[in-house]
Amino acid sequence: MEYTFRIKRYDPDVDVKPYFKEYRVDLEETDRVLDGLNAIKWDQDGSLTYRRSCAHGVCGSDAVRINGRNYLACKTLMKEFGKKITIEPLIGFTVVKDLVVDMEPFFDAYKSIKPYLIASEAPAGEERRQTPEQLERFENATKCILCAACTSSCPITWTNESFIGPAAIVNAGRFIYDSRDEGAAERLRVLNMKSGVWRCRTVFNCTEACPRDIEVTNIIEDVKRTLLLEQV
Amino acid sequence: MAYHKFDTVIVGAGGAGLMAAIQMAGKANIAVVSKLYPPRSHTGAAQGGISAALGNVEEDHWQWHMFDTVKGGDYLTDQNAAEVLTRDAIDAVLELEHMGLPFNRTPDGRIDQRRFGGHTRNFGEGPVKRACYAADRTGHMILQTLYQQGIKHNVNFLNEFHVLDLLFSDDGRACGVVALELRTGEIHTIHAKSVLWATGGFGRVFSVTSNAMAGTGDGFAIPFRRGVPLMDMEFYQFHPTGIYKFGILLSEAARGEGGILLNGEGEAFAARYAPTLKDLAPRDMVSRFIYQEIKEGRGVNGKDYVYLDVSHLPDEVIDAKLPDITDFARTYLGIEPKREPMPIQPTAHYAMGGLPTDLNGRVLSNAAGDTFPGLYSAGENACVSVHGANRLGTNSLVDLVVFGRRAGRDMLDYVKHADLPPLPSDPDFYARAQVSDLLSRSKGERVADLRRELQVMMMDKASVVRTAESLTAASNEIRHLRDRYARVGIDDHGTTFNTDLTEALEFGAMLECAETLVTGALAREESRGAHFRDDFQARDDANWLKHTVLKKTSGGLELTKRDVSITEFQPKERKY
Repeated sequence: MEYTFRIKRYDPDVDVKPYFKEYRVDLEETDRVLDGLNAIKWDQDGSLTYRRSCAHGVCGSDAVRINGRNYLACKTLMKEFGKKITIEPLIGFTVVKDLVVDMEPFFDAYKSIKPYLIASEAPAGEERRQTPEQLERFENATKCILCAACTSSCPITWTNESFIGPAAIVNAGRFIYDSRDEGAAERLRVLNMKSGVWRCRTVFNCTEACPRDIEVTNIIEDVKRTLLLEQV
Repeated sequence: MAYHKFDTVIVGAGGAGLMAAIQMAGKANIAVVSKLYPPRSHTGAAQGGISAALGNVEEDHWQWHMFDTVKGGDYLTDQNAAEVLTRDAIDAVLELEHMGLPFNRTPDGRIDQRRFGGHTRNFGEGPVKRACYAADRTGHMILQTLYQQGIKHNVNFLNEFHVLDLLFSDDGRACGVVALELRTGEIHTIHAKSVLWATGGFGRVFSVTSNAMAGTGDGFAIPFRRGVPLMDMEFYQFHPTGIYKFGILLSEAARGEGGILLNGEGEAFAARYAPTLKDLAPRDMVSRFIYQEIKEGRGVNGKDYVYLDVSHLPDEVIDAKLPDITDFARTYLGIEPKREPMPIQPTAHYAMGGLPTDLNGRVLSNAAGDTFPGLYSAGENACVSVHGANRLGTNSLVDLVVFGRRAGRDMLDYVKHADLPPLPSDPDFYARAQVSDLLSRSKGERVADLRRELQVMMMDKASVVRTAESLTAASNEIRHLRDRYARVGIDDHGTTFNTDLTEALEFGAMLECAETLVTGALAREESRGAHFRDDFQARDDANWLKHTVLKKTSGGLELTKRDVSITEFQPKERKY
């Protein structure tokens, strides 16, 4: 079946501003959007630039905007769309080239919430105990692959560069609600700042954009409640 | 041109590289170089579990784990290394938990464990629950946890740097790497006292693979071109259950939790081949069972696939323990695994071979045990050898944690005492030549066309079943592809994030991996583990209870044999 890919292109070496270029590609409806990008790059235009690696939705490389919504190109099949699809880089990020955006601010926000277990000495020769119920409290957040689909879908991040963004909040929640962690206060201090959770307007875009079915908005609301009630 | 100086440069930011980095962070000046961002590394795609004889749910001992590892490797496993792997596994898993890894738990809060292929109680009596797991995303949780520790310890990450060359000083010590910064196109010389290769595998040389697109074997090819040997390259594992046509992995945990394989007649055929372990026989065997079923016309609808069925498992087991793989089936096959079986075929999965190392990750230069000073390797990139002729499921994650850690600790000791070797003259000459040569070529065959030919040819001629005839043809085709590769053209001649260029460079590495795999496979006239020769179907211990070592010389590839360490378990016929 022939599909038309309309792709936003920009190469800072030669282009003054971004432009759209169309490609016709022969694909099955069960092919991934990534298969379409590959077919263009490999058979028509090697200069088309995008990130990709695992090709099955676990590494987080290929989040892009397809027909105005964020998806992983490798976890979305052609049958989800019509014969013509428009692909753009994630918005709210600086474009490096074509569909590749600058991820550094995203990872800086992630790092700011101290995304690692903060805990006193572990018992020697055995694991810390944690019940299945205690695991369930934060397990949903552990699925995050740092693809930035949520953060880029959030309208607050489009205009407010200092907003920490949903992905960083999810990863803070992953530790705040982990029964083994003792760093909640440090993280909550970051999330309580002007750039933190209170910027969130509960638009739910992030939850819809998440390719890992993480209940992003609920986790953000959890964190807000924790800040208000001052207890985890 | 940029210049950097470190004590250690680690190439690859998957489990092995990160584990090594964490040992050294804060104690030595290190850099971790990756062509991706660290959390994109392929360790994150591992699913089912990481084995350790914790004995949390039933009796277990590391000696049982060691025996299974040796037998699973068809006795080519170095037993001194298997002992280290299985002893250290216990402490390594606990260390991961202490770092915060969210393992599934038993009702009393301990790390839960489940069954996995080839893992048995009491030296083969029946399956044992040994695999510690975090749902079916254990690799994801290991990668995330180790990356988090890297952030905690302020590890210096050079993200999206594509390594092009390995440097040796004139007196033969490793002294750094040369890398291309993707974002700027700038070439960086990274000068260091020690270099760790931990770049994962090269599954992309096959057309059906579970491996990420980044799995192009750069860390095999680059040292190999500089005269570093590769060991046991003919042993390449096909995982039995890849999603039909996509190759996407469906974890062995599906069978560990009770899933079964069905042929086109609806028969659970594994029991016919492996009466004791049935569907939980090791991967090399189950892949051959599937091959045989299809060859004898019992594929589904006469096609080249069979079914993996979990529909009889309780929904809550599927949701709690196999959520990701069942989601893959829904996404890519449009199938509900709670009600329907999933079409699967063997998929290229794991390189048992690699850079030969000792028990501390030091790369060996010869059979006498000499090393290249300062040169290290760990994880899939390395060959210790703990996996022998066939790796057991979960042991790759054990390997990268245990030997990544040992390599990191050894390097820390090494860089404390070693001085910084002088760089060779014009250190980035070869790297710059490669890049400028490709950038200068606009007319010529497309790299993608050559790559597809290689992948289809390798699948056809050098995968689950091989013969002298198929391998000779493969060898000739690789030589031909090499000639054509010298004349490819690329479209992108820019400096910013040029992935047209890096894909062309990666294809060069894939050719080295394919050639060494085929050369080893042609030489080894026996069948052992994942290497099955239709023209030599028996294992031949008299001649081939040996590792094969390949080295690039001016006269072509030179093959030598190396002894296997046998300490506890004498080779026996391998039955399950």
